Amino acid sequence: MKDAYRVAAAPESQPFERANNKVPSGIAQCGAQAEFEFLNYLRSTRFYILLAIVATIGIAIMAVMYVYRPSVYLSSPMSFYSVWWGTIVNLCVILTGIFFGADAISTEFQNRTGYYLLPNPVRRSSIFAGKFMASFLASAMAIGVYAAITLADGAIYFGTNIPYQLGESFVLALIYIFPILGVSFLISSLFKNNSSSILVTAILLLFGFNFITPLITSLSNSEPWYILSYGAGIITSVLSPSGYPPHQVVIAGSSSYNATIPEGLAIMFAYFVITSILGLASFEKEDFN
Amino acid sequence: MESSVTSIEAIRLTKEYDSFTALDNLNLRIEGAKCVGFLGPNGAGKTTTLKIFTDLIHRSSGKAMINGIDVHSDKKKALAAVAALVETPEIYPSLTPREALMIIAKHRGVPSEIRNKKIEEALHEVHMEDWSDSKVGKFSKGMKQRVNIASTLLSDPEILLLDEPSSGLDPRGMSEVREMVKNLKKRKRLIFMSSHLLSEVMDVCDEAALIDHGKLLVYDTIQNLTSRFSGGGSVLEVGFASPRVDNAVIETIRKIDGVTNVEMLDDRNLRLGFVGNAETQAGILSELVALRLGVNSFRASSSALEDVYLNLVKENV
Repeated sequence: MKDAYRVAAAPESQPFERANNKVPSGIAQCGAQAEFEFLNYLRSTRFYILLAIVATIGIAIMAVMYVYRPSVYLSSPMSFYSVWWGTIVNLCVILTGIFFGADAISTEFQNRTGYYLLPNPVRRSSIFAGKFMASFLASAMAIGVYAAITLADGAIYFGTNIPYQLGESFVLALIYIFPILGVSFLISSLFKNNSSSILVTAILLLFGFNFITPLITSLSNSEPWYILSYGAGIITSVLSPSGYPPHQVVIAGSSSYNATIPEGLAIMFAYFVITSILGLASFEKEDFN
Repeated sequence: MESSVTSIEAIRLTKEYDSFTALDNLNLRIEGAKCVGFLGPNGAGKTTTLKIFTDLIHRSSGKAMINGIDVHSDKKKALAAVAALVETPEIYPSLTPREALMIIAKHRGVPSEIRNKKIEEALHEVHMEDWSDSKVGKFSKGMKQRVNIASTLLSDPEILLLDEPSSGLDPRGMSEVREMVKNLKKRKRLIFMSSHLLSEVMDVCDEAALIDHGKLLVYDTIQNLTSRFSGGGSVLEVGFASPRVDNAVIETIRKIDGVTNVEMLDDRNLRLGFVGNAETQAGILSELVALRLGVNSFRASSSALEDVYLNLVKENV
C-alpha cells in the first residue's frame, strides 16, 4: 500500500475549457504590486508619522532660524540651504528607509500576507520589485514634503533666489533612497519577524555607517570609500557654500575624505545593486512555514 | 512538456527540515475534472504538499508538476491555471475586499473590461458584497476567509488547491464552501482539497488520497475505498421522518437484495452495509421507498471513510 502510485478511475475526466486569462508580464505585475503597496502605505499610520517627523524637523529649524537669525547661515542662499537641507536630508532618507523598507519583506512572513500573494502566477521577484517601487514612492513623497518646507522657509529670507545646487542635492537625495532601501530590504528579507528587522535596520542605518566611517578613517588613515554614508556625503557636499570640498582634507595631521560626485554615485549604485540582489535571493529561498 | 489534460502530479516529492522529513518521495497524479480529498493526520504532509505546489516552500527533491509544468522551473506558467487557498492568508489590513481582489485579478491577468464584474461576482458568491468597501483589517477570521475564497474564484481557474477551506468559518460558511466546491465540480474543475472533515470529503469529493508521515497510503475513489476497507461492501446511512426503526423494520430491510448488515443508530436512523455497485444502491433505495417507511435521507456513511482513515493511519504507525 505504501508508496502507491496510480491514477484512480476518473469519474469525470473529460478535459474542460482552458481559462482565457493571459498572465501579465513581470513588469506589469510589478506595477500592480507597487500600486497596492503604495495605497497600503498611504493609508498607514506610519506614513503620517513619518510626515509628522519630517515636518516637525522642518518647523523646528524654521523656528530656530526665525528666533536667532544666525548671520552665518543667513549670509547667502547657499549657506542657508546647506544647513537647512544639507545637514538634515540624509537623516530624512534614512528614516524613510526604516519606515518603508525595514519590514517590507518580513511582514509577508510574520503577517502572512505572503500566503495571499504567492500562490498566484507571479514571481517573487515581481513582488519584491513592486514593494521596492512603492517604498521608493512613499520615501520620495516624504523627502518632497521636507523639500517643500525648506523652500517655504527659504522664500521668507531669499524669495525665489534658489541655488541650482539645491536641485542637484534633491536629485542626489532621491538617488540615495535606492541604496538605503536596498539595505533595508536586504535586512528585512533575512528576518521573519518585523521587530527584529526594524531594530537591526534602524541601528545599522542610524548609527552603524556613521560610527564605522570615522572609526576606519582614524584607525587606518585610509579612505573608507566603500561605506555608504561616505558616498552619500555628496548630497551635502554639492551645497557647500565655499564650493565643492576637496577630495582630501588634512587637519592637524589627520585626513578626512570627501567623495567626488562620480564616486558617490558609484558607491550608491553598488550598494543598491548588491543589496537588492542579496535581498531578492534571500526572499526567493525563504520558505513560508 | 505541457499536458493536454488538466493535472497535478507529485513525482518523488520530498521536503526535509534538518532531521525531519515532512514529505517522503510522494508520488501522486491527479487528472481530469473531479474533486479529490487530501486526508491525513496533523503533520502528515498535506499542507507541505500544497505549499510546494504553490511556491510557498521549496522542495528538497522531486518535482511538483501542474499541467506538465514544474512549478519551480516555471512558476508563472504552472500556476496560471491554478487558484489556491493555503492555510488562512492575511490581506493588507488597509485594503478593502474589492481592492484585495483587484490586485489578484491584475496579477492573474483577468481582462480589464471584466475585472469589476468578476470581482462583484466573486464577492456575491461568498456573500461579502455588503462589505466590499470596508477595510479588511476590521474583519473577523471567517470574513477574511470568505475574501480569500473569493480570490480563488476570480480567474475561473481550471485547478483549485484548497487547504482546509472551511477553516475559521461558521457552520453556514462551511456549508457554503461545500456548495461552492460542488458548483465548481459542475463546471468541470479539478479540485484538490485537504480537510480534516471526513463528512465534508464524503459530501463533495469523488476521490480521496490518504497521506501519513509524508507518504501516500492510498489514492482511490471514495466508493472503492470504503468498499475495500469495509469488508468488501459499502455503508449507507438511512434516515426516517418519524421514529420507525425497530427490530421488525431491521429484519425487513435485511432481506433486501445486496444488504449484508443493518445496524440501528437510533429510532430514526440506521446504518446499512451492502455489497454491490451504484445500481445495487439505487435498488436498495427503491425498496426502502416501496416499504413506505418515510425515508427522508439516504447517503454514503461518512463513518465508513472514517474507518478507512483510522485503519490506514493505524497501520502506518
